[in-house]
Amino acid sequence: MPANFEALASVIEQSEKDLLSRWIAALTAAGATRSGQTSDKELKDACGRFLKELRNALKSGAGEDIASPPWQDVREVLEEISTARALRGYSPVETALFVFSLKEPLFDLLRKVLAREEHLADVLIASGGVLDRLGLFTTEVYQKSREEVIKRQQDELLELSTPVIQLWDKILALPLIGTLDSARTQIVMENLLQTIVDAEAEIAIIDITGVPAVDTLVAQHLIKTVAAARLMGADCIISGIRPQIAQTIVHLGLDLQVVSKATMADALSLALKKTGQRVERLAARG
Amino acid sequence: MDKIPILKVGKCLLVTIQIDMHDRLAMALQDDLTNAIVSTKSKGVLIDVSALEIVDSFIGRMLSNIASASRVLDAVTIVVGMRPHVAITLVELGVQLSGIRTARNVDKGLETINRLIEQSESTDADGDD
Amino acid sequence: MLTETIETVPIRSSEDIVRVRQKVRFHADAMGMSLIDQTKIITAASEIARNTFEYGGGGELLLEILRDGARRGLRLTFSDEGPGIADIEQAMRDHFTTGGGLGLGLGGAKRLVNEFDIKSQPGEGTRISLIRWK
Repeated sequence: MPANFEALASVIEQSEKDLLSRWIAALTAAGATRSGQTSDKELKDACGRFLKELRNALKSGAGEDIASPPWQDVREVLEEISTARALRGYSPVETALFVFSLKEPLFDLLRKVLAREEHLADVLIASGGVLDRLGLFTTEVYQKSREEVIKRQQDELLELSTPVIQLWDKILALPLIGTLDSARTQIVMENLLQTIVDAEAEIAIIDITGVPAVDTLVAQHLIKTVAAARLMGADCIISGIRPQIAQTIVHLGLDLQVVSKATMADALSLALKKTGQRVERLAARG
Repeated sequence: MDKIPILKVGKCLLVTIQIDMHDRLAMALQDDLTNAIVSTKSKGVLIDVSALEIVDSFIGRMLSNIASASRVLDAVTIVVGMRPHVAITLVELGVQLSGIRTARNVDKGLETINRLIEQSESTDADGDD
Repeated sequence: MLTETIETVPIRSSEDIVRVRQKVRFHADAMGMSLIDQTKIITAASEIARNTFEYGGGGELLLEILRDGARRGLRLTFSDEGPGIADIEQAMRDHFTTGGGLGLGLGGAKRLVNEFDIKSQPGEGTRISLIRWK
């Protein structure tokens, strides 16, 4: 196989300029610049760098396994290009096209240069194989960078949706709204415990009026949070448990082992009492 | 071998654990504290864990043992200042520390201990009547 | 997945358990793990190191950094040449203990990490590996 790669490398080296311009033409025709989103110069740079690294890798005796160290520089170029495309909203097909569109001009060239050579077929198969793998690699990188974008957005959303409110001196409230999944509950709870420390709170009211359903995992997170808060010297009160959720909790056989109150107002009144505070109506004036 | 210092504050003993204890040191602390409750006639033990970065099941067991021993000796133990990540990890590990009283910080802990001591003294006095 | 070995830490005394905690903290912090993730893996390491010392008659910890695409993780492998564990399932259960502990070591440590693997045969020692991804 290295013999085929050497042949491929020398063919690329001989007509690198020609190959480059035909590849760029093919890419442009396929709409790779996305009407100006990627500049011609940028595309040309990317193609040039890729061809150069590909040639170097082939010459340095790189094998078929594109995950091996000799392919490192090629992978880096592709990673950079795919990541940039993923962030700009290119589709996976458009991203993979970068490598796949090199096939036609390269195969034409091989056929021309090696026309009389016995090993033409072997070189073609080997080249096709390696370009396929590199093309798939771009899709993989694309996928990963999209996942990172989604993950970042999720984190941002989580931060937005988990406010811990200082309700009174020593009393915090955490109004939970919307569906609680396990990951969100965990972050919300960590946030609550940290705020207990920062605000020197003694009581935290977790209000779940806005939560449509509670599954076992979420209920367990709630229980764990209450237990962790207790270890830290703070008490929790859960308020606003809907009838269906109460039924679920009973049905799941969970023992919440926590003080619960029907409404946030009831919970606040209990919290005030426990912290030795009182709110009074002023005597009617005038 | 180094030792964890035990301070007498009013009717209480105050221990601030500031180093990552190896197991023998933790056992020694447990013994020292139990002896000190008797020798100083203390009514309360305050253990400040705010400097601890982790509490594993061994330290957890030490805290439980101190609390149980002090209860037998008519003293109340309060663990104060546990940090959030330590508390979450302990809960996940499965250590409940049930039967141990807790407070946010040393001030709150002292306040609680003094209130509990007063309560128990007044019920004791009632019993004498 | 790429594996990079960092170092091995002997576990021969109860002071070594403290050193295990410190080494794990250092590397977990250097990887940029969150405080809560650090605490979980350090606590798990402490539990298993104590098992290695007390039941395995001492052994060592191998620290490795794993890379899987963009994901990075810390792998801790504890090995000893002690008597081994006959019934792993029973040993993993909470509150099961042959020593004087709370019996939360193995099962508890498993809950604190993302991946847990145990290999043991009576008379052939025990090998436990923990992975926490960042």
